Amino acid sequence: MSSLLTSSRVTPVDIAKELAFFAVLAVMMSIMILGVETVDRPTGLELALRWDLVLLAVCATVVGRLGLIVRREHLSRLLQAALIVISALMVFEMFVRFRDLDDRWVSPVTFDMATQSVGRAIFFICLIAIVFAIAYFSSAKGRPTGDEDESNKISARLQVAYRTNTKKVGMLGIAFFIIFPFIFGENRSAIDLATLVMIYIMLGWGLNIVVGLAGLLDLGYVAFYAVGAYSYALLSQHFGLSFWLCLPMAGLFSASFGIILGFPVLRLRGDYLAIVTLGFGEIIRVILINWYDLTGGPDGIASIERPSFFGLADFSRRVPEGVTRFSDLFGIEYSSMHRLIFLYYLILILALVTNFVTMRLRKLPIGRAWEALREDEIACRSLGINPTNTKLSAFAIGAMFAGFAGAFFATRQGFISPESFTFLESAVILAIVVMGGMGSQIGVVLAAIVMIGFPEMFRELAEYRMLIFGAGMVAIMLWRPRGLLSFRDPTILLNMSKKEKVAGEKS
Amino acid sequence: MDWAYFLQQLINGLTLGAIYGLIAIGYTMVYGIIGMINFAHGEIYMLGAFHSLITFLICQAAGISGILPLTLLLMLVVSMVMTSVYGWGVERIAYRPLRGSFRLAALISAIGMSIFLQNFVQIAQGARVKPMQPLIKGGITLMESPNFNVQLSYMQIVIIVLTFVLMVVFSTLIAKTSLGRAQRACEQDRTMAGLLGINVDRTISTTFVMGAALASVAGMMVTLYYGVIDFYIGFLAGVKAFTAAVLGGIGSLPGAMLGGLLIGLIESFWSGYLTIEYKDVATFGILVLVLIFRPWGLLGKPEVEKV
Amino acid sequence: MTDNKLLEVEHLTMRFGGLVAIDDLSFTARKREITAIIGPNGAGKTTVFNCLTGFYVPTEGRLTLSANDGPRLLERTEGFRISRNNGVARTFQNIRLFTGMTVLENLVVAQHNRLMDASLFSLAGLFNLKRYANAEKEALERAKFWLNKTGLYEFADWNAGNLPYGNQRRLEIARAMCVEPSLLCLDEPAAGLNPRESAELNLLLQSIRDEQGIGLLLIEHDMSVVMQISDHVIVLDYGKKIADGNPEAVKNDPAVIRAYLGEEEDDELPPEVAQDLHLDPKAQ
Repeated sequence: MSSLLTSSRVTPVDIAKELAFFAVLAVMMSIMILGVETVDRPTGLELALRWDLVLLAVCATVVGRLGLIVRREHLSRLLQAALIVISALMVFEMFVRFRDLDDRWVSPVTFDMATQSVGRAIFFICLIAIVFAIAYFSSAKGRPTGDEDESNKISARLQVAYRTNTKKVGMLGIAFFIIFPFIFGENRSAIDLATLVMIYIMLGWGLNIVVGLAGLLDLGYVAFYAVGAYSYALLSQHFGLSFWLCLPMAGLFSASFGIILGFPVLRLRGDYLAIVTLGFGEIIRVILINWYDLTGGPDGIASIERPSFFGLADFSRRVPEGVTRFSDLFGIEYSSMHRLIFLYYLILILALVTNFVTMRLRKLPIGRAWEALREDEIACRSLGINPTNTKLSAFAIGAMFAGFAGAFFATRQGFISPESFTFLESAVILAIVVMGGMGSQIGVVLAAIVMIGFPEMFRELAEYRMLIFGAGMVAIMLWRPRGLLSFRDPTILLNMSKKEKVAGEKS
Repeated sequence: MDWAYFLQQLINGLTLGAIYGLIAIGYTMVYGIIGMINFAHGEIYMLGAFHSLITFLICQAAGISGILPLTLLLMLVVSMVMTSVYGWGVERIAYRPLRGSFRLAALISAIGMSIFLQNFVQIAQGARVKPMQPLIKGGITLMESPNFNVQLSYMQIVIIVLTFVLMVVFSTLIAKTSLGRAQRACEQDRTMAGLLGINVDRTISTTFVMGAALASVAGMMVTLYYGVIDFYIGFLAGVKAFTAAVLGGIGSLPGAMLGGLLIGLIESFWSGYLTIEYKDVATFGILVLVLIFRPWGLLGKPEVEKV
Repeated sequence: MTDNKLLEVEHLTMRFGGLVAIDDLSFTARKREITAIIGPNGAGKTTVFNCLTGFYVPTEGRLTLSANDGPRLLERTEGFRISRNNGVARTFQNIRLFTGMTVLENLVVAQHNRLMDASLFSLAGLFNLKRYANAEKEALERAKFWLNKTGLYEFADWNAGNLPYGNQRRLEIARAMCVEPSLLCLDEPAAGLNPRESAELNLLLQSIRDEQGIGLLLIEHDMSVVMQISDHVIVLDYGKKIADGNPEAVKNDPAVIRAYLGEEEDDELPPEVAQDLHLDPKAQ
């Protein structure tokens, strides 16, 4: 053991000092927030002490730090892994205590929940392993170049294979999403979850135009989503317009909002743009809450009309006179799943349209100008590209897709309220884009699955969900600052095939 | 025109503005030195509020809450120290590894940190609103009119005076000491500052610690002034304080204070004379207007475009 | 000679607050000529370019460009329109390429406006109409032409940021030429090049002048480039023009020598400067 902890560079005393330093920090950070609980009593707040939690926090920090030291000193991977796992377990132990209805911190995890989670956890660990494997194999950097052992060669080959076959991977993904309802057709929650993930994929692809391609930092993207949702809800309620008529209108409204907002602010530099868009998102939300007569305020709008089968048939069990029932149209037995599956396919189509339009635009002058603008605005101006109009077009097109997604959201939920359009939503969508790897379409899909699918699966964890979510965002960024899939496909190639380009880049 | 009412709104606005200003300084210093929006700063302020509340409860349990000056001093010192550690830790964990990396990565990391801290406090302390009894009671009646008395509470005096003192101390610190010089040097050119022997990491850490200390003071004052806090107060206060920093000219300390005061006044007068519901709309609306006509803020320096 | 005028700068003045960067500057640049602007650091050379290409709005003065379709006033034109409508393209002192995009993409982006018009703001492109396909083919041909011209053909699919420095300089020139300008402004194109690359650059610039028939405006510190290829040299010092004429005349101008070497009594040049200023007979 002593030989493990002594290397040429550090002495045990150094290590002890370092650990003591972090132990002190851990004490300071946890002693009040974790160590003391404020309990509501009729007479006012009272204190309850939880020293065990402080102890756990300190131990977890020290052990975790030790793991990092082991890694830093290149000692033993196994030891490092063991230490980090122990520290993670301690953190888990620290947090897996639940509050009862009286807001008291009492019961540990129940056996019931634990068994329930195991199966799900295994499924999800597999899913995440796949995602990370793809991300790992697609990275060009971060691997030692000196020793090319066998496994490295395999990963390098896989990487080339992945990068040259992006299209095939994409097609495979699309095929998976198309057959998804056939696999999980009877499982209502699976379809619901897939629909939700698909909404975020669509939003991610839409925002990717603004942030990934044009490089405009938009922290208020959810505002356009809200505009789309409320346009449909209001048009349908007040004028009785059908979903199919409102869908393009919602997109149009959102795009107009994008242009109206973008025109004055797109001249601003990156971070100013970020704060103004954030402010705009909040303004929209405040208006939605307070304009009671129009939007129903915090109560929102309920019983929004569900979409028909392209105006041909309806999905309800009982239909009014003269309206065909969906199941009758096809002569099948009625099932409440039909509507859900139809909605799933609808959002799949909408998302794919978003994707194809984006992919096509990238190869057109406007898309190339977006990317050029992201790289260097001054050079763009010297080449005669109008920066304002180019940015505005990205902003408007991104907003338009958010509007479509919003209209879909309204019709799927049947109920919308300002609650659904908070800053957190914008942050999540932005995180999906950045984590996916800016501008990478497949990356958005991966990130949406990780960010939305994973937490939704663990809904019982309630508030812990968001805690893990936040920590996960930090962790993924630290692990891969440029996102899971961070390479750019050229929009046009001259001599080389794509395969040669990928190989050439590595040498 | 009811002058008494006007005066009251002015006093309330200045108090609120002082609090925003203190938070805004943290944003502006961090932005000045590493050019990123420290999204978790609002959460740091919230942590400051919680630390001061818990310190007070401990004092109460220890039976020394009767000695008001001692209690207040303890609250101030403990929450400043503990919150500073959080400020330091956030930088160390979530930002330092990403320094010099892709710009948006640090922003996403900051947003993640903000979500994490918010939920951490929610889990550790509960989602309910925490009440706090008023410690500094009473005030001066400045003006009596038939239907309205203008009150200047002692608490408001404490807030405004303390903010002023902290402002002076920190401005001097940055203008006169070698630490301030190091900070300004890092703002100009981090690589060069490092080559000249400035410990850049430590300077940046210190900046975060200073920002966190000021935010914790703001948190404590809010706890005492409003008497209720919860885990969610950081978000809106953070956004508004950042707005204040941008309004005043990001990177400028007096600008942050001025921006904070303006935002406080706008909010107070808007709620006093117009609708309280739309006060946030007014704040952001004015921010947009200022940015369109003066993108560098009120006291910031216009950036010359380098070709 | 007079109908050959391309750019006429009259009484150009640029002030930044109290600082006068350019003071009442007038000169003329002609088609099929390389006009060099030289001067010590801080003489206001790049500021002249920034005024010409719309990055700065001049405090006073008139900039007339007589391209094919009559004279136009540049100082009245909004920044990006100068390149778009009037055909003034430029390169930058600190290279400004789209480093994340490939070399070929850099050249295609430069043809943005032509492609935008052809694609009807991308709509025709979205539906893959023939009209756009033809325009894109044409753009590709033009890009290939300049890739060959600048010797970058084999690098076409490289990321621009991965190119060696000298190639980046040439790519920037190729990109500016893809705009099909009538006036090409080059801001220190030879900076940081080794002697061989510098000689290649001279050939490239001369061929652009002779084959494309456009005017070139050149800021340069490298006297071997200036003296070898320019037809006309303007010397600036503290924003004022101190000499204007052919290279031979300028290099013997006492005012120029003073500006470069200070107000020393002896007119004798140090040998290495003299070598720089005089033409190297072997290179011609």
